[in-house]
Amino acid sequence: MTLLVDKPVTATSKPARAPYWNMRRRDELAGWLFITPQLIGIVAFVIVPLGLVVWYSLHEWNVLAGTFDFVGAGNYKALADDARLGPALRATGMFSLGLVVLNLSLALFLAVLLNQKLRGTVFFRTLFFSPVVVTLVAWTIVWGFLLQDNGGINGFLNTLGIDGPNWLRGDATAMISVIVVQLFKGVGLNMVLFLAALQGVPAELYEAARIDGASAWARFRRVTVPLISPTILLTSILTVVGSLQVFAQIAVLTQGGPGTSTTVLVYYLYQQAFQFHHFGYGATISLLLFVIVLALTFLQWRMRRKWAFYENQ
Amino acid sequence: MSRKGKLLLYGVLLVCCVPFVFPTWWMATASLKPVNEIFAFTLFPHAPTLDAYRQVFELQPFGRQYLNSCYIAVIVTLGTLVVSSLAGYAFARIKFRGAGVVFLVVLAGLLVPNEVTIIPLYRMFDSLGLVNTHWPLILIPMLGAPSVLATFIMRQFFITLPRELEEAGRMDGLGRLGLFWQVSLPLARPAIGAVAIFTFLHSWNLYLEPIVFLSSKDRFTIPQALTQYVDAYGGAMWNVQLAAATLSALPVLIIFVLAQRQFVEGLAQTGLKG
Repeated sequence: MTLLVDKPVTATSKPARAPYWNMRRRDELAGWLFITPQLIGIVAFVIVPLGLVVWYSLHEWNVLAGTFDFVGAGNYKALADDARLGPALRATGMFSLGLVVLNLSLALFLAVLLNQKLRGTVFFRTLFFSPVVVTLVAWTIVWGFLLQDNGGINGFLNTLGIDGPNWLRGDATAMISVIVVQLFKGVGLNMVLFLAALQGVPAELYEAARIDGASAWARFRRVTVPLISPTILLTSILTVVGSLQVFAQIAVLTQGGPGTSTTVLVYYLYQQAFQFHHFGYGATISLLLFVIVLALTFLQWRMRRKWAFYENQ
Repeated sequence: MSRKGKLLLYGVLLVCCVPFVFPTWWMATASLKPVNEIFAFTLFPHAPTLDAYRQVFELQPFGRQYLNSCYIAVIVTLGTLVVSSLAGYAFARIKFRGAGVVFLVVLAGLLVPNEVTIIPLYRMFDSLGLVNTHWPLILIPMLGAPSVLATFIMRQFFITLPRELEEAGRMDGLGRLGLFWQVSLPLARPAIGAVAIFTFLHSWNLYLEPIVFLSSKDRFTIPQALTQYVDAYGGAMWNVQLAAATLSALPVLIIFVLAQRQFVEGLAQTGLKG
């Protein structure tokens, strides 16, 4: 305080001089202040951890034994030789491919149905969307219950005179089950995005196509699909990246089994790191997952010029 | 459309509905069935009982776990709204040096799924003594990769606002914070709604993070708690699991049915049109 009293601040600046804090400088400061929380978060919870993943992947790190030894490319060699990597990649690929194909086609099919002039479409839209808001694990538990050997689905098949398989215990049926459970959980979201896109397609285009004698299928192929292709691209990227992250469904429904038939990459990563406590090896799997996500996103983005149609181009 | 066509369309829609609606129905009705009836293929329970619901609260501190999920989801949602609306606004409407580079850095967050960084995040929170607390479940979604999507949605929205609005605000002597708070933010309600829904559901559904970070039952969140209703042999106690699952799903479902227009349209119109 005394310092302030000793040297009182006097208004020495000349009135003609522009204030230091002019509008541009203020904006500059505001911009940086506004993004600070997000920037700190990204650095602390994304960039630094990503760097650490690379660092960990170069080490043999067993938490239980308390060892942390530099092994260079050792983990990468071990990963390449890992007999479980092939099945994990195959399971991940099958899940992603199955889910994306079924999800996008069902979402588009439902969106086209709901885009007709029909009473009650809002009601049906609500029903199709409702699983999106049901707790993921709750949804998975119910399906797990329905898919039991003596569960609801086989009960229903029985009334039709069909003897259903033990869905979650069969090599092929387990993966199909996981895909179907996730399909009905998430398809409503893509359906809504498609519906929004469909409603943006000008009606005159359909009229013109009709006058030219195009069939319903031709109108769909040549008018609808090209015009909503940006949305198709976006939903496919979101669905692919989302499908690579599937974990809760696997953990609750099949625990990666039977055998390793549903051990997708994230589940394998979880097992190695948090069940077997191989953090270094887990980090190596994390990096592989990251590279796959990056490559697929990049690929789809590159393909956008090929098959996404933008009106202003 | 012809009458026949309409009938056919309704028929197709009704059939399509089954796998979307039936599981939820089954969950709610089976949770009311006594154990000996639970595998019977009936649409309604013959002798409904609330016994399973009683066990939900007896076997675990389910009320506490419910509260955990609620308060974490609310804090994450509010926090994400603050972080993402500020950042989204800055990227959309303020010209400042370095904005382009910083935006690219932030966008990188969209490409890094949480699963990729879960090991170092676990070690980081462990070294801070924050494992088995709710901090990781709050801080990571609020500030990390999941909030980037929110920032992106907010930015897409703020870009569409006309310049004149803010110029008028300037005339009235508003600074940046004033322009943001009094002019732009009130107009961003659809985007805020969409971000709030996304964020709440994301936090509510989180599963990997809780099972990695939490170990004591009274700190569990709902998804994690749901899988803990098992008998002494590790077999699922179906009626109790389904009762707890119903309790976890019903409030959100009810809110959704009441506000479904805002839900669906908010999500559909928010820059996600592509």
